[in-house]
Amino acid sequence: MKQCCECSSTASSQKEGFENSSDLSLLDPIFEKYKHKAGSLISILQQAQEVYGYLPLSVLDYIAEETGIKAPVIYGVATFYTQFRLNPIGKHLIMLCMGTACHVNGAKDIEEAICDELKIADGETTTDGLFTLNNVACLGCCSLSPVMMINGETYAKLTPEKTRKILKEIRKNDQQQVEEAA
Amino acid sequence: MKIYRIHALICAGGQCISAGGDSFEEALKRAIKEKGLEDEIQVVETGCMGSCEKGPMMVIYPEGTLYINLVPEDANEIVEEHFLKGRPIDRLMWKEADGNFPTLDQVPFFALQTKIVLRNCGIIDADSIEEYIAREGYSALAKALTSMSPDQVVDEVKKSGLRGRGGAGFPTGLKWEYAAQTPSEQKYVVTNADEGDPGAYMDRSILEGDPHTIIEGMAIAGYGIGADKGYIYCRAEYPIAVQRMQNAIKKAKKMGLLGKNILGSDFSFDLELRIGAGAFVCGEETALLNSIEGKRGEPNLKPPFPSEKGLFGQPTVINNVETFANIPFIVCEGHEKFKRIGTETNTGTKVFSLAGKVITTGLIEVPLGITLRKIIYDIGGGIPNGKKFKGVLMGGPSGGVVPASMLDTPIDFESLDEIGSMMGSGGMIVMDEDSCMVDIAKYFLEFTVDESCGKCTPCREGTQQMLEILKRISSGKGAEADLAELEKLGETIAVTSLCGLGQSAPNPVLSTMRWFMDEYEAHIKSKKCIANVCDMK
Repeated sequence: MKQCCECSSTASSQKEGFENSSDLSLLDPIFEKYKHKAGSLISILQQAQEVYGYLPLSVLDYIAEETGIKAPVIYGVATFYTQFRLNPIGKHLIMLCMGTACHVNGAKDIEEAICDELKIADGETTTDGLFTLNNVACLGCCSLSPVMMINGETYAKLTPEKTRKILKEIRKNDQQQVEEAA
Repeated sequence: MKIYRIHALICAGGQCISAGGDSFEEALKRAIKEKGLEDEIQVVETGCMGSCEKGPMMVIYPEGTLYINLVPEDANEIVEEHFLKGRPIDRLMWKEADGNFPTLDQVPFFALQTKIVLRNCGIIDADSIEEYIAREGYSALAKALTSMSPDQVVDEVKKSGLRGRGGAGFPTGLKWEYAAQTPSEQKYVVTNADEGDPGAYMDRSILEGDPHTIIEGMAIAGYGIGADKGYIYCRAEYPIAVQRMQNAIKKAKKMGLLGKNILGSDFSFDLELRIGAGAFVCGEETALLNSIEGKRGEPNLKPPFPSEKGLFGQPTVINNVETFANIPFIVCEGHEKFKRIGTETNTGTKVFSLAGKVITTGLIEVPLGITLRKIIYDIGGGIPNGKKFKGVLMGGPSGGVVPASMLDTPIDFESLDEIGSMMGSGGMIVMDEDSCMVDIAKYFLEFTVDESCGKCTPCREGTQQMLEILKRISSGKGAEADLAELEKLGETIAVTSLCGLGQSAPNPVLSTMRWFMDEYEAHIKSKKCIANVCDMK
């Protein structure tokens, strides 16, 4: 399955990110790459998020220091775009499509099923840190609606029952992995 | 060149991949290898073929057998029965209502289309620059560079009558002419590939299926206006498009079709891909340019227009993906041939993504001036499950609903405007009797409120107020005075907002009020939602 830019690295690198969020030197190669390119702030933020899984304030401050762009300007950009997160997310990021075709075909029911199954609302993370739900504008899979994407994989033509089953399965696989590791 | 007995074209459009197309392809290649048929059968990954909900899809040539909804388990049978014994498998083939198994050119969904923009989508391997060149790719650029002056190029586009396909329909040639006439050392060409309109995926399919046509269109624009640098601004939600575009740029550079002194001429042109970070307002051109500069994607007041003062303050031509995809055809074949398609004031074709409650959903390209009825009933096959057609949404959060009584309206910029809808970028969502018009209006306003950048008051506060009223109405707490208030607010927001997002935000509300007032009244007076969607407490 092809992966999504926004979440491709979250599952793997985010765990690292938690441990490395104080290691600001990981940003240095990014600065090197964009040193001479005009208007690169968004690209820098995107790649920083790839490294840490989210954008901790210490990272934003360090970017300000290194690029000379004022910290409030960077904060303004980081909070403007939906792609950027200032808080860590769960291991599995659920992107639920809220596009028009999905809406007409029952995306609301899918959202209710996810919220009920995981006991979280849009933008929240489960207490065990396993799932985060993000409602997104449109994934461009309108013929397969309603759809959601989890860790870059698209799940199509959803029903509430199918959705619950998918979430249960991911949780089960995860537990198995944990047990095997133990 | 190697000659193959069979060509198996597998759709690798975003939706077919999402539906499991790549695992089927893997299984098919494995099965072909097991039978030792690699030298006889060529498997080609193409861009979007169009009928997306029937994916994963595959077309077998030379005869044109259409296989749909494939799963990996089907692969062995196809190789064994069809490829080895010559017996196509009925149960996997596209079947018409009359029981026939049509080939690609016999299915109305495909046969009734006119393809200029999508001429290569579903036919060539998007990752192969050679296949693009074999389909006359880059010959328009060669023609422009070797036999036309920049002025002639701009003139050709002007004469073609091509209008911007991003939604507003501004004449492309004029935009180019303004930028060409503004003196400056540095100019830019920008592709708006920030397709944020929910329910639309035309640009995604073009970028994924025929990336070189965008590169070629942009390079021609660069030559026409005197720009040597271009940017493609693509949304992050389209990872496959990003990947194929990056690959295409790399290959074009390697072949000398981008870079210094292209094809031995004095013209140099370089391209850079920028990935958007998620903001609907970035579809607005000045907001998009701010975003490329690394700033918040807030719109600027116009004038000055980008053709005068655009990216980094320099003259800039910014066009939508589909607009650029028309350019190679116009330059190669000439404006006269282009003008023969469509109507006098609306030349050429338009790509739509047809979705919602219609039998065959997918990506279509039709000549401008065609009626909605033809699209929904002849191409799309009508409404499924015997339900009644209610309306079709065009133009997303900026557009409006077209009711059944207006189905014979020709699709052109002016006619759609007149009936309170708009061409928009090309999203077309069909709704049946189970959709509630108040709910749809509320849905779009929720979207706009969420996506309003907050820079100007009418858009930021006004849409919020409209949404509050709609929430009241849809929960059975509306009053009759609310309707007048909605209209007043809508009209005010439309004239006082800073950019296109705000100016068009009231459209879905005003157009549903215009055509479906009975539904609003039922919600208010008898506390009833006819479609049974709203929760009337």
